[in-house]
Amino acid sequence: MNDQVEDITGIETPVYLHYHFTAGSAPARFLRRIKEGVLTGQRCPRCRNVYIPPRGSCPACGIPTEDEVVLPDKATVQSFTVVAIPIPNNPIKPPFVIANLVLDGANISFIHLMSECDNSEVHIGQRVQAVWKPVDEWTYAMDNIRYFRPIDEPDVPVDRIGTLATTGLET
Amino acid sequence: MKDVAIVAFSQSDCLAQAGAANEVELIMPQLQAVFQQVGLNNAQDVDFVCSGSCDYLQGAAFAFVAGVDALGAVPPIKESHVEMDAAWALYESILKIRMGHAESALVYGFGRASSGNLRTVLSQQLDPYYLAPLWIDSISLAALQARMLLDRGLVTERDMAEVVARCRRNALNNPHARLSGEISIETLLAEPGLVAPLRKSDCAPVADGAAAMIICTVEQAREWAVPFALISGIDHRIETHNLGMRDLCDSVSTRLAAGTAGVAQGPVEVAELYAPFSHQEIILSRALGLGADTEINPSGGAMAGNLMMASGLSRIGEVFRRIVSGDISRGVAHATSGPCLQHNLVAVLESA
Repeated sequence: MNDQVEDITGIETPVYLHYHFTAGSAPARFLRRIKEGVLTGQRCPRCRNVYIPPRGSCPACGIPTEDEVVLPDKATVQSFTVVAIPIPNNPIKPPFVIANLVLDGANISFIHLMSECDNSEVHIGQRVQAVWKPVDEWTYAMDNIRYFRPIDEPDVPVDRIGTLATTGLET
Repeated sequence: MKDVAIVAFSQSDCLAQAGAANEVELIMPQLQAVFQQVGLNNAQDVDFVCSGSCDYLQGAAFAFVAGVDALGAVPPIKESHVEMDAAWALYESILKIRMGHAESALVYGFGRASSGNLRTVLSQQLDPYYLAPLWIDSISLAALQARMLLDRGLVTERDMAEVVARCRRNALNNPHARLSGEISIETLLAEPGLVAPLRKSDCAPVADGAAAMIICTVEQAREWAVPFALISGIDHRIETHNLGMRDLCDSVSTRLAAGTAGVAQGPVEVAELYAPFSHQEIILSRALGLGADTEINPSGGAMAGNLMMASGLSRIGEVFRRIVSGDISRGVAHATSGPCLQHNLVAVLESA
């Protein structure tokens, strides 16, 4: 062919759409309280499971969780991983620990970071507590808690993780 | 082929703005309502679940997945989703039942169009090379269609105003309506243009909300011992996305779907038509071959409130409600999707 036709490998059609996003009524109630340093879960009226952070429904029963429960900032490690690779745009330097944590008084885990720990000694059943940012930095966000750090309390047996009262292991 | 029955329907109020409610909070009250109508606990008690929504509307990626938290999906359930009005989720569910893969299904649709600018958001569903970069909005496209109808003498502005006035009046009996009331043709015609020749009143008021329905085999409906209506025919057809190729003054897809759904095989006492713009109701009633003996949009139709992604399902629900209450024995419901009535679904409902 004499006429060299250039391949079109892309066209630029930028899309700008503005939204008034909502997290939802139930998440908004949680976010308002975490700005005050208070962790609030929600209890399912049917199966009694406590969810934190709440999404407004019990995914198991499919019904609203209106009953709010204030929870302490102590938790138990349900699972964890040691991350050895950097995550793009994440200021945390590897190796760091991501863990599934169950707050005392809650039945379902959530994911947060662990630090101030020997990564090789992190284990399931380990007791941890939140390390909060300075009060003047609190906003409507989960990272008001910088991370969880180990505390000197006996491990929780695996079959009791997710069943503790708000008072922890002591019953 | 198994007959399919509708046994429950519920629709939310048509809200201009649903406050802080997220998808789960929009869906749950409607699901609770249909479960209660049949006496079920949650989605564990049906064989299949299918939803219709569009994440672009609220700008929330995978909002429809978050919506699963409203179902009670522990242990896991059979679930599917269409990025369309939930009338098409109903269609998928009917296929599932007719193929023998399910005896019952939960169908729901939801939308939070108020989170974005709907007419702009919808422009991004157009052809990505030629139209989407021009940001041609949905109201402007409907206005092009209305202009053709008016210039050809197929519709007058008074005809369009009559649609609006009738729908608003009918909506007085619709507790979920966003707009209702007595309004004169003269008042409507005196309104200034919004996107000429469309006035604001020609455009269905967009609303946030949700709707849900439960369908099943006739055997299952009898076992549940609940009143039901039969879906005796349903079909849908889509036209090319190239607007220049289409006859915008007609709805060929609606006419074809009506033929295979069997609209003309009996009297049509009521027709609930999903017409987001006044002139489109006229196109649709002509394509469906409806006469003066058919009551069109007794609920007020989309003019009472255009629940994005649920309005089509709601049209079917409105006909269902009138059949099980004994008001009518046969009716037609229609749903649409895409610009200028591009894609149309027609369902015929009959008393059992």
